[in-house]
Amino acid sequence: MGEMEQLRKEAESLKDDITAARKAVQDLTLQDHVAGTAVVGRVQLKTRKTLRGHLAKIYAMHWGTDSKLCVSASQDGKLIVWDSYTTNKVHAIPLKSSWVMTCSYAPSGNMVACGGLDNMCSIYNLKGKDGNVKVMRELAAHTGYLSCCRFLNDNEIITSSGDCTCVLWDIETGSQKTVFAGHLGDCMSLGVAPDFNTFISGACDFTAKLWDIRDGQCRQTFGGHESDINAIGFFPNGNAVITGSDDASCKLYDLRSDQELITYQDSSIMCGVTSIAPSLSGRLILAGYDDFNCNIWDSLKAERVGVLSGHDNRVSCIGVTPDGMACCTGSWDSFLKIWN
Amino acid sequence: MHSYMVSKMSSKMVGSNNLAHARRMVQQLRVEASIERIKVSKASADLMRYCGENAKYDPLLMGIPASENPFKDKKPCTIL
Repeated sequence: MGEMEQLRKEAESLKDDITAARKAVQDLTLQDHVAGTAVVGRVQLKTRKTLRGHLAKIYAMHWGTDSKLCVSASQDGKLIVWDSYTTNKVHAIPLKSSWVMTCSYAPSGNMVACGGLDNMCSIYNLKGKDGNVKVMRELAAHTGYLSCCRFLNDNEIITSSGDCTCVLWDIETGSQKTVFAGHLGDCMSLGVAPDFNTFISGACDFTAKLWDIRDGQCRQTFGGHESDINAIGFFPNGNAVITGSDDASCKLYDLRSDQELITYQDSSIMCGVTSIAPSLSGRLILAGYDDFNCNIWDSLKAERVGVLSGHDNRVSCIGVTPDGMACCTGSWDSFLKIWN
Repeated sequence: MHSYMVSKMSSKMVGSNNLAHARRMVQQLRVEASIERIKVSKASADLMRYCGENAKYDPLLMGIPASENPFKDKKPCTIL
């Protein structure tokens, strides 16, 4: 038997081992466990603010750690930093490339980043001496579009790309510290764990992967979705991952039992999920869809308990403030809405 | 998905005939197969407990009194 054939057989055997090991810990399902719990009451959130100013589709938004400022990215070639309490624009940053797909706010509040079809992640310093916002670094090495980026701190950022890899960058030197390779399709989204030791990526190979940030190792791979994973996030306690897919469903994967625990789907929902965010306690999952709505799910009972309708086009991005006080939706209709 | 995206790579095995790739795949599967797994009953209980303990601090779940909502416009006061 040639080595190739041997390796193929060993791979199949290992996959069977993983399936068996996951089954071996299924003593009870999550559904069994929550059978005695009531579904949360109907959640009715109202639009409190509409952020107007972008002139084209909004592709991404991200809250700052103060739960007040947020950044949005639009195909109109601008990043706008908003004061969401007043709706004032704190910064309107013109971009070299208007084909932006992602943006991120540094935890310190000192920087924002964005990228897209230019294959680069551009870092902007918001606290420059003369008050002007300037490009600080252009992180270039990806051979595909930048789908998502998230700061770890003022000197490190993680990016996901259409070239099927994620990268940890040193912003000061502009160099790649670690390349996370393993996905077999475009990486569409990433989320950093609350303890900053790991991150998760969702890709067009229909899987989500958990990565160790420091040693670059992929620790776990989660399948089950039947199409591209467009959105991913951590459950607030860091022990579970939520995903949203073009297959019209969202899923919750538990990290410590290494398996899918629950699927959020409804036969009336036939369009893709674009974005996802948990509420502060994790009991609610807010997901944006191609059909212009955002559905609110009871994360434990897997029932729809609310809907946010108000956009006139696809909801492309969603974010819940770190203090849990509000959720922001961004849309192809060029508006951002703040709800609570 | 996005209107200006030309194409996305389809989900296909990259270099499926490549020996080095196959070795890496097997090595990765060994890592993933070897992890410790906890019982789903414990994982479920912990999720439920976390939601339960933090529900009262979850504004979107509990509702927010108007006076504490930074996004709600304050109604103008009238002097009577």
